[in-house]
Amino acid sequence: MKYSEKVMEHFASPHNVGELPDANGVGTVGNPVCGDIMKMYIKVEDGVIVDAKFQTFGCGAAIATSSISTDMIKGKPIQEALQLTNKAVAEALGGLPAVKMHCSVLAEEAVRSAIDDYYKRTTGKGLAEQPHMVTCEFTVGNE
Amino acid sequence: MKRIYLDHAATTPVAPEVLEAMLPYYTEFWGNPSSIHSFGRQASEGMDEAREQLAKLLHASPKEIYFTSGGTEADNLAIWGTALAKESKGKHIITSAIEHHAVSHTLEALAKRGWAVTTLPVDGTGLVDPEAVRAAIRPDTVLVTIMHANNEVGTVEPIAEIGAVCRAAKVWFHTDAVQTVGHIPTRVDDLNVDMLSLSGHKLYGPKGIGALFIRRGVRITPLLYGGGHERGMRSGTENVPGMVGLGRAAELAMAEMAGEATRQAALRDRLMDGLVERIPDSFTTGDREHRLPNNASIIVKYIEGEAQLLRLDAAGIAASSGSACTSGSLDPSHVLLAMGIPIEFAHGSLRFSLGRGTTDAEIDHVLDTLPGIVEILRAMSPFRPGAVFDMTKGHEH
Ligand SMILES: Cc1ncc(COP(=O)(O)O)c(C=O)c1O
Ligand code: FES
Repeated sequence: MKYSEKVMEHFASPHNVGELPDANGVGTVGNPVCGDIMKMYIKVEDGVIVDAKFQTFGCGAAIATSSISTDMIKGKPIQEALQLTNKAVAEALGGLPAVKMHCSVLAEEAVRSAIDDYYKRTTGKGLAEQPHMVTCEFTVGNE
Repeated sequence: MKRIYLDHAATTPVAPEVLEAMLPYYTEFWGNPSSIHSFGRQASEGMDEAREQLAKLLHASPKEIYFTSGGTEADNLAIWGTALAKESKGKHIITSAIEHHAVSHTLEALAKRGWAVTTLPVDGTGLVDPEAVRAAIRPDTVLVTIMHANNEVGTVEPIAEIGAVCRAAKVWFHTDAVQTVGHIPTRVDDLNVDMLSLSGHKLYGPKGIGALFIRRGVRITPLLYGGGHERGMRSGTENVPGMVGLGRAAELAMAEMAGEATRQAALRDRLMDGLVERIPDSFTTGDREHRLPNNASIIVKYIEGEAQLLRLDAAGIAASSGSACTSGSLDPSHVLLAMGIPIEFAHGSLRFSLGRGTTDAEIDHVLDTLPGIVEILRAMSPFRPGAVFDMTKGHEH
């Protein structure tokens, strides 16, 4: 199995690692039994994600997808961040081995989970109950 | 950067002497051993010598050695061959929970065809209890297959005792000795085995060659039919260079085994003890006493194995892991789980397997490098002592 250069880059020096003390949205997906946990922190101001950080327990692909997806949502309005798909994450990494596609799904889920938490904190209602919310198609697949 | 290879349980380099012995069988003595002419005879002589060399290592008769394409085929031949030969007598096989997939998946295939398979548990260090074998034997048991040493955690099973139990019950006993042949003594009479699998590329021989020892009088059914090679047990024009290489590898192993086992065991212990001493929340796996001389395996809690391997690789160190993320199937090692290791920690397993070329300095380098890698990965991980996660919110792999 071989990772792309981009995956190895993000794995070797991941961007946005750590906790975000003033986050107003935090989402955790996966669990230790599955062997992968992603915890995503976002800070939202005026509907825009101004900062994002992550902590991940998992393989090289899990760490690389966490890193690049925090890059991809930073500075984006929530509406746009919600459209982040695992496929886009994988593509941005120059592709992922087939057995590692699920790690990119985890990244997509982590972003949604953090946004869901942000809505719960600010409106008392989660993502599913927000009006006129774009819900992206869940895409799992290989290149 | 100098690279450090600590994955000899996966495969070994071909020893220079082995390659040297093989080359003439590609360039000069390339005949078909079945041919009557001098070309054939030369090839046939090389094959005979190889069979004798390998037989010597096992203290078996050359007539009891059947060459195969490797360990996987030897395991399949022993199990399917017994099943086909014995199905009218009984359809029950006993095995352990920590076998290599070459054995366990073969038995799963038989189970789908109506065979009963008893899978014996192991204790926390990976040992099978010979008494459990005795208790599991039924009137319809036709085979017991238990590996000599485990490839992941290095535990060496009490094969001689289990063999004695099987012999008393008149049940054939097969052992997968792929990890032990050439590394620790494997005299078939000491081990009380009826069949024993081995593979060339684990003892500095070539890939694509292995053998099954089948004790005289044990009549299993062949799987490959054709020209009747290997005394009818395995048809197909012989891989003569491979056989010659395996024979020479066996000879080298006999000469080096005692010294290398002692030398590597000392390095192994220094590595295992040193790592768990330097890395908080880590522990060794497998039995410390009944152990392969070249296997150092540990678990580092709260981080995942593949991530550790990638960072080790970037530092020039090649190792392996039983983590789900490295398995391809995304299941963590069945061996670690059978030993009762919690699944969340099984993901953090590492195996360093030493070899003839392993030096003191290399062990030092690992001892100096891994703790830093662990620290970096732990700083990234949300999983830590006391952290609580919703175990019901799993996701499909
Ligand atoms: C214990 C054990 N059995 C069987 C095999 C399979 O051997 P081979 O690679 O020669 O098919 C291996 C090697 O991976 C092994 O470690
Ligand atoms: S986290 Fe296990 S395969 Fe990526």
